[in-house]
Amino acid sequence: MILDQDLETLPREELRELQLTRLKSLCERVYHNVPFYKKRFEERNITPADIKSLEDIRHLPFTEKQDLRNHYPFGMFAVSRDNIVRIHSSSGTTGKATVVGYTKRDIKNWARLMARSFMAAGATPQDMIHNAYGYGLFTGGLGAHYGAEELGGAVVPISGGGTRRQAMLLRDFQPDVICCTPSYSLFLAETAEEMGIDVKKLPLRIGIFGAEPWTEEMRRDIENRLAITAIDIYGLSEIMGPGVGIECHEAQDGLHMMEDHFLVEIIDPETGEPLPPGETGELVITTLTKEAIPLIRYRTRDLTSLNVAPCKCGRTTARMQRVTGRSDDMLIIRGVNVFPSQIESILIETDGLTPHYQLIVERHGNLDILTVNVEVNESVFSDEIKNLQRLESKVQKNIKEFLGVSVRCKLVEPKGIERSVGKAKRIIDKRNES
Amino acid sequence: MKVDQLSIFLENRAGRLAEVTKILEDNGINIRALSLADTSDFGILRLIVSDFEKARNALKENGFTVGRTNVVAVEVSDEPGGLNNILTLLQESGINVEYMYAFVQQSGNSAVLIFRFDRTDQGIEVLQKNNITVIPGEKLYSL
Repeated sequence: MILDQDLETLPREELRELQLTRLKSLCERVYHNVPFYKKRFEERNITPADIKSLEDIRHLPFTEKQDLRNHYPFGMFAVSRDNIVRIHSSSGTTGKATVVGYTKRDIKNWARLMARSFMAAGATPQDMIHNAYGYGLFTGGLGAHYGAEELGGAVVPISGGGTRRQAMLLRDFQPDVICCTPSYSLFLAETAEEMGIDVKKLPLRIGIFGAEPWTEEMRRDIENRLAITAIDIYGLSEIMGPGVGIECHEAQDGLHMMEDHFLVEIIDPETGEPLPPGETGELVITTLTKEAIPLIRYRTRDLTSLNVAPCKCGRTTARMQRVTGRSDDMLIIRGVNVFPSQIESILIETDGLTPHYQLIVERHGNLDILTVNVEVNESVFSDEIKNLQRLESKVQKNIKEFLGVSVRCKLVEPKGIERSVGKAKRIIDKRNES
Repeated sequence: MKVDQLSIFLENRAGRLAEVTKILEDNGINIRALSLADTSDFGILRLIVSDFEKARNALKENGFTVGRTNVVAVEVSDEPGGLNNILTLLQESGINVEYMYAFVQQSGNSAVLIFRFDRTDQGIEVLQKNNITVIPGEKLYSL
């Protein structure tokens, strides 16, 4: 079933016309309401009137995550504060966090796109939806919540954590759909089995998984262990939150992008030049309808490709292949986005620690473990164990507080961290090693 | 009356301790006393050596994080109650012992205790007032 039949199956020519109309209006809005964009347009000697076709988008400037950080907290907003009804934010200290806002209409659109996503995944208004995405500043929880209600489903807003309780509710409430990170679904299944719950016999039918990268092997594993259909969902807070793209349950082959609201491009991350359909590069998104914080050509740093071939589900929208990696150094730890630069600024603010650190990511069972190795220098060294252990727990506490992720801090000897050609190797990701 | 103790940060990995002793040997430095405190990840090696500055420079050159701590060396008769007598005096004066270690001298019948107090100067004062022998650094380095 397709929720917005007319919009999701628009012939591509008509879709492009709609996109162009919306792009022109977007350019007018940002040019007149966001000083940052006005300046960027002027630097390139263009005005909104220069946008005459969708191809003209290549004349428009890119927007980077750093631009949002530089305008922390509300400098990129295009509407007055009176019109904002919701704020979400990424984690991080000042200068590292990105803040987004929503108008009433933005929230309405988001709920609708999430409802479309639920339906594409195979959910119906009769379903009960167990929403284990975190509620709060993170967009996952509330995004899925509003979408589930818009669909007409019954939502269980359990949020993240409390795994034994989650398992109990899966057994007692018997939901049809679950939303969480893919790795958490396996951890939850394991916990439920330990509690004597036969996960395969639960009525649970669909899992909607996002917020972290996963593989086809993991999908098969989840589908077998939980006896469900596992669907990949895509989104990012800068653009909206979850619901920017989703797989259909009929094909499970690429994520249908909500192209009436988002103009998607694939570019060469090195040169910034657009790449033709089918080629792998960086996903760039322009928000066509967002009011509170519209973004032009936002560089997602996610590496993928687009497929415009018709899909057997009937939707005509471009399908994005599973995200294969990042063109920057962002790590995703149990669904939380972590940049090494965020860890670095926290370390520097913690007593006298040096910015000599290394991040080790491992997967124990189904959960990611992030270890922060920090070099001990003379200014923080103490000959008493308790002082050094206190330092370790302080780092752990500060990272938890600012980034919302639990890590293990380990003190190491200076120069204990491998330096390659003078530049420290910051990240060792062991998750994909077998 | 204080003694300079060298402390060294060590990761818990095979052979790391031997690297320290090798550097000391190469530089002709003698170890007078030592203790090792450890956790699952790291350890702190505490040493009293024949030449503090030389040992510190040699270890730093080899990339170790080293520190200097003032400790107090006390001579105690090698007989039952020797340590207890000292600890009682300290307790009565409200001096806390952060850590301590001991070694027995080759000749004679006394042991040497190395103390790290929370208040070093007051600790020395209490001991001396009660006629406990505090060994000066210079004497200990060349024992």
